[in-house]
Order: sequence, then C-alpha cells, then structure tokens
Amino acid sequence: MTDSEPRGEGYEAQHVHSVYEEIASHFSSTRYKPWPIVERFLKELPDGSIGADVGCGNGKYLAVNKKVFIVGSDRSTNLIKIAKEHQPHAAVVADNLSLPHPFGCFDFAISIAVIHHLSTPERRVEAVQAVLNLLRPPSGGNKNSGRVLIYVWALEQKDSRRGWDEGHEQDVMVPWVLKSGERTKKEKGQKTQRDGVVNSPPEETVAPAPKEDKTFLRYYHLYRKEELEHDIDEAGGTVLESGYEKDNWWAIASPRQQT
Amino acid sequence: MKLLTLNFLTCAIKTCKSSPLSFPLHPREVELEILETDYNAVFLRNILPRLEWEALRVLAGELGLPSLPESSPDVSSLSTSSEEDDSETPTQVAQDLHRLLLETCIKEGKLVCGCCGHEYAVKEGVANFLLPGHLV
Ligand SMILES: [Zn+2]
Repeated sequence: MTDSEPRGEGYEAQHVHSVYEEIASHFSSTRYKPWPIVERFLKELPDGSIGADVGCGNGKYLAVNKKVFIVGSDRSTNLIKIAKEHQPHAAVVADNLSLPHPFGCFDFAISIAVIHHLSTPERRVEAVQAVLNLLRPPSGGNKNSGRVLIYVWALEQKDSRRGWDEGHEQDVMVPWVLKSGERTKKEKGQKTQRDGVVNSPPEETVAPAPKEDKTFLRYYHLYRKEELEHDIDEAGGTVLESGYEKDNWWAIASPRQQT
Repeated sequence: MKLLTLNFLTCAIKTCKSSPLSFPLHPREVELEILETDYNAVFLRNILPRLEWEALRVLAGELGLPSLPESSPDVSSLSTSSEEDDSETPTQVAQDLHRLLLETCIKEGKLVCGCCGHEYAVKEGVANFLLPGHLV
C-alpha cells in the first residue's frame, strides 16, 4: 500500500467505517449465507447460551440459532437497523475497542470478518482482547470459560480470484463497486451476487465500472498463517482450535486463566 | 431496543466497567413502545435464571413500570403443564415477563452511566455507544 496517512482510528473511520455506512443496504443484500464453520459454532452452543456478535453487520449470524440470545454490535447505524430485526436477539451501535458490555458476562462471542479492518498490530490485538474480556473467565481449568470464534481474511488465497499469496503486501485496499442507482434500490428480491460467490469475503466487479458508478475502497489487513493465533496469544487468550476455510483463517479461543 | 438487552449493557468507557455504579444504565426521557413478538417458552425458561434480577428491578422502577418481586420468579412458575396432552400453558408470570423483557422496547431517549454520567442516545430503537474522540 502506498498511502502515507498514519494508521489508526481516524484512518479506519475514513477507510472502513464510512464505507460500510454508505454501502450498508447493498452490502447487506449480498450477505445472507452463513459460513459453515460459523454456522456450526453457533448451532453447537447449548440452548440458552448468551453471547455477543461483535461487528455483526446486517445480523446475518443472528438468524442461525434462535435458542441462544445474542447481542450484536456494529459501528454502522445503517447495518444495525437491519440487524435488530432478528428476533429474539438484540443489536446496538458500538465500537470493537469500546464495547458496552460488562466484563465476563457472555458464554460465547463471534468476531467474523472484523479484526482485519483494524489498521495497526496494536489495535488488532486490542480488539481481540476486548472480545476476550466479554467472556466468562475460566474457573478451575479452561472447560468452564466462554469461547470466541474469530474469522479473518487470509493472505494465502492464491486460488481465489484475487490471487493474493504468501509474501504479498498484507495491508490492502479492496474496492467495493456500487452500481449507479443501486444505493436507492429496495432490497426486496434483490439478491445481487457479484460473481456468484456469496459466502466468501466481499467481491468487486471485474468489468470496468461505468462512469456514474461509485467505487469505495476498504482497508484490510490480510492475515498470514499463524498470525491470528499470535494475536490471540498476545491478547491473553488460549487457542482451542484453529484452521483455514475458504480464503479465511479462523480460531476458537478462550480467555487465559489469570495468574 | 428490548429491555432484556439492558441486562447485558454497561458504559462503553473502560474505566467505568469496574465500578458497580456503571450497571445497569439508567433510562432518561425515554419513550417506550410495545413491539409484539412470538411467545417462546424455552427461550424464556433459559434466560430467566441468567438475569441480573436486581438490575431488571431497578430498570422497571425507573421506567415507572409495575414493580417486580424482590427475587426472580422460579422457572417452574412459568408454565402449568398438563400431563394429558403434554402441552404447556404460559402462566401470567410468564406472559408478564415476555412482555417486559422481549416486547417492551426503548424507542427514543437516553441511557445514562451512573459512574461517569455519560449519556448514550437511543434513536428509532437503536442505542448508540460510540464515544466522542476524547473519551476513547
Ligand atoms: Zn461511564
């Protein structure tokens, strides 16, 4: 990346938050199919579990399991207006680094395609820590503590259309093309699929956009192998399980026992 | 925003979270609305033992809603089951809790931290916990 702007909060406000706010309605219409690992994690929760979906976007994952209670949060008011319609759950506008929940109040949390939008290593670790802090801490071994599933975009995706791979630049700007007129279109029946791929991270159009279309660039930090585990460890978490699924790294973690 | 949510919300400012004053948040100048939703016996049975009952009691009091008993009703008081047809009928206690937790919503108003006094706005049912720069 060639920009010279300092990274951090202001940078993310411009290159992440304001973009999602603008593209909310259209973005939402392309986000309806849950990723399998996330779906499994949510469906395997004991009935009556209580948790958080930090960076819940339009609330796609609030629809997966109605036997648990999830408080979703996102920076985008426009996305939360969509997310809050998912019963029996709730959704509020909040920042990953300043979450409005009591420490240790949740059994579980998910952080899906969120941490990679933080623009410095310190902020990414802080974001993981903020989510771990929401979880019930361990008491007498790890068994009893809350668990979080974290999902981030991978650098190693040479078979994807983008073709990024090991050794490439990890901090990238990814375009989102809003076709002219699409922003005001009602969502009903408009299941826009960019290129037939809906359960992978946001895709841009391949064809050159007509003049009146608007291209938004979003900042991403692409995670390389074992980087997510490293961030979780830095943040005071224990990785219980981790893996790679469809161009993404994921991990399930718990807060470490305080010593 | 349904009142149940308030049981899991506190001030977004880190230094407030360790203070007991920051929970629950206090509603101010609030406009409530009832948004009906399907009664879900299992959900209610599961959520009841998980509630910070005192916080809910305080909230109901501050909102001027009918006062709640001092301690949480027992899960067994939520239904009267009939052995003949295996059906469950929600009791008045259950119906009242469903109405209070899941159908009574804050439409407009403020949520105030009892520790630092910061006010979080609720607009069109959406509570906003984003902090101004100097408080992050
Ligand atoms: Zn406060």
